[in-house]
Amino acid sequence: MGNRVAIVGAGMTKFVRRAQETGQELAFYATKMALDSCGMKLDQIDGVVLGSAPDTFDGVHMKGEYLSPGAGAWGKPYMRCYVGGGTGVFAVAHGWYHVASGVFDTCLVVCEEKMSSYQPHAQGAFLTIFDHTTERPLKPNLLWIFALEMNRYMTTYGLRKEDIALVAVKNKNNALDHPAAQLGGKVTLDDILSSEVLAWPVQRLDVSPVSDGAVAVILANETVARRVTDKPVWIEGVGWSLDTAYWTNRDLCYPRYVEEAARMAYKMAGVTDPRHQIHIAEPYDPFDYKELHHMEGLLLCGRGEAPQLTVDGVTQRDGELPVCPSGGLLGVGNPIAAAGLMKVAELFWQLRGEAGKRQVARKVKRGVAQAWGDLMQVGTVVVVGI
Amino acid sequence: MTNKVAVVGIGATQFRSISPDVSYKELMFEAAVKAYEDAGIDPRRDVDTFVTCAEDYHEGTSIFDEYVPDQLGAALKQMHTISGEGLHGIAAAWLQIMTGEFDVAVVEAHSKASNILTPHGVAVCAQDPIFNRPLGLNNLFIAGLEMNLFLQRSGLTSEHCAAVVKKNRANALANPIAGRAAKLSVDDFRTSPMVAFPLSELDIAQPVDGAVVVVLASEAWLRKRHGYNSKPVFLSGVGWCNGSFSLESRTWERQDFVTKAADMAYRHAGIECPAKEIDFAEVDDTYSYKELQHLVELRLVGEGELKGWIESGRTELKGNLPVNSSGGALGMGYLYEATGLARFYWAVQELRGACGKNQLPNPRTALVHAWRGLPTTSAAVAILTV
Repeated sequence: MGNRVAIVGAGMTKFVRRAQETGQELAFYATKMALDSCGMKLDQIDGVVLGSAPDTFDGVHMKGEYLSPGAGAWGKPYMRCYVGGGTGVFAVAHGWYHVASGVFDTCLVVCEEKMSSYQPHAQGAFLTIFDHTTERPLKPNLLWIFALEMNRYMTTYGLRKEDIALVAVKNKNNALDHPAAQLGGKVTLDDILSSEVLAWPVQRLDVSPVSDGAVAVILANETVARRVTDKPVWIEGVGWSLDTAYWTNRDLCYPRYVEEAARMAYKMAGVTDPRHQIHIAEPYDPFDYKELHHMEGLLLCGRGEAPQLTVDGVTQRDGELPVCPSGGLLGVGNPIAAAGLMKVAELFWQLRGEAGKRQVARKVKRGVAQAWGDLMQVGTVVVVGI
Repeated sequence: MTNKVAVVGIGATQFRSISPDVSYKELMFEAAVKAYEDAGIDPRRDVDTFVTCAEDYHEGTSIFDEYVPDQLGAALKQMHTISGEGLHGIAAAWLQIMTGEFDVAVVEAHSKASNILTPHGVAVCAQDPIFNRPLGLNNLFIAGLEMNLFLQRSGLTSEHCAAVVKKNRANALANPIAGRAAKLSVDDFRTSPMVAFPLSELDIAQPVDGAVVVVLASEAWLRKRHGYNSKPVFLSGVGWCNGSFSLESRTWERQDFVTKAADMAYRHAGIECPAKEIDFAEVDDTYSYKELQHLVELRLVGEGELKGWIESGRTELKGNLPVNSSGGALGMGYLYEATGLARFYWAVQELRGACGKNQLPNPRTALVHAWRGLPTTSAAVAILTV
């Protein structure tokens, strides 16, 4: 794979329900923190890439351009990539090919989302993601279609709500130790199961919150990386895959697009046995069942086996395969594109042993982060290692 | 950098002011089929990565990338969106091939402008929501201000701009896919309605519908597949850059982001003296004065020389540096994200010697430039050689 690319710095704002700052300011704070974390200046950045999900959230057309001053893009080659909810992890792949190509020595990757600008609720923006002729007249929302998917998953493998709700318990409790988390809390299985039903089987506490926030990471080629840090975290593989728009024709119980993306990333990283060669995972968990779905798509276990791993405590922070030790989207929050990049930043901190109270018990050398989105059709995967 | 990148296939639809008989999906499909036929490839078998350029507000659909893979043959393959100009998509594909991980990349951009009922309303949404939007400025007003400043500084008049319009729309007469070709008289300009003084209606490129698809490939793939007998067109350099987003803090006299984008492309293509080494140029002419302004910023002509250049016809078909022999956006029509790709398409045709009446004598090096239009300061430049 091209030139070696390392992550050398990371920064993130606190994820909150309604930020007082503008989107530009959120992007600025994350960028500043990432630069400061590795002692670099904006002058040392050759190119900038931005990830942000639908333009409707900020209510700004050409949102990439709008966010450019906050992202430190003035007078620089600057590009915005976009794969809906999968953008946060894809942005790292986008930055990776900037540096791996040899065209850039360094690249700043910024992801921002300000969902509170959408009034009265960010769900409204999702009405416009559906096909204007065949689907939009039905006025579907995300809770609706994910309830379909969750139902399908439960029916296929004979799962109970309890088997799935344990993910929300784990992640929300993990987030208690994350200083930038929006929703960390001591939550019990009973709390989840007795929360309001939104669209059966989805209940309020099965779902991640609406959030504002930004995350930035700095990528560098080997020469620069060795100069600015003695603990570079290498991007070993990247992968992405986008399935057909006709989601209604797909079997919703298995995310094949995630598997395709994972296979691409694993091949690049030389991972042949993900279950044993991956030590820590940050799969995308906007709903609790999605963490399980994605663990299977990432080939970290067989189909239908992820719930049992959760029951057995394998995915706990002190387990054999820590999954979402950050607290994930369910606990830390879900500013869409920023949430995906938060997962890569978490692996950066965990692999360097800088995750503080969240540091996993096991010695970890290689991790995988993944995001998902569009009409349940895109998988984006990054494998990092030290 | 080990990889040389070639353009191995291009395809485009006819550009038309309205296209009620086809959907945007059918436009994309037609252009893709033509490009794949031109390259002699099967997208399902031969293409490693796909890039599409689109903006949600123009499409009327949030997370528009959902609806792209099916028409391109990209379902369950590596596909992503760049929210930018078509030439930004070319840059993304170029970087991916340069990593050595990908051999064949496809870039798509399209316009279904006739579906946008309130184009100025959409454009206003691209302005800063706090500082600029409350002023109720539309883009044409800003272009009028800028044109005024440009004419004052350069000592040019509206007649010089009219010469650009006459040249480009007449050039388009021989471009079989152009949608705004015309032979204009002095009277036409005298009666053209004033939009924002000194910008009249004829100074503005008018929107059209259409799609363009480009297939890029690595040199290694090309050697394996076609040998070197087919005289491929090489993409020898790409550059892109953003200036200041806000109207208040940009330098209205200079468009230095254009110069920076061009210098990056020149550097990669090994061009030291662009005025001597470029045989013909396809330069953004969203507004007539922009073609002149951009020629200066691209370092193809000194500001003081512009007047003499226009009066002596140096940018005409038979001049020393033909500019927009395609007809430009004024003659082909404005295609939103696909505007740069339309120029790119034509430049490849010129280098292949396939331009009929507008064929330039034996061109070897072409410059293609794109700007995203107001209120942005983002530009991209590509250098093509045979």
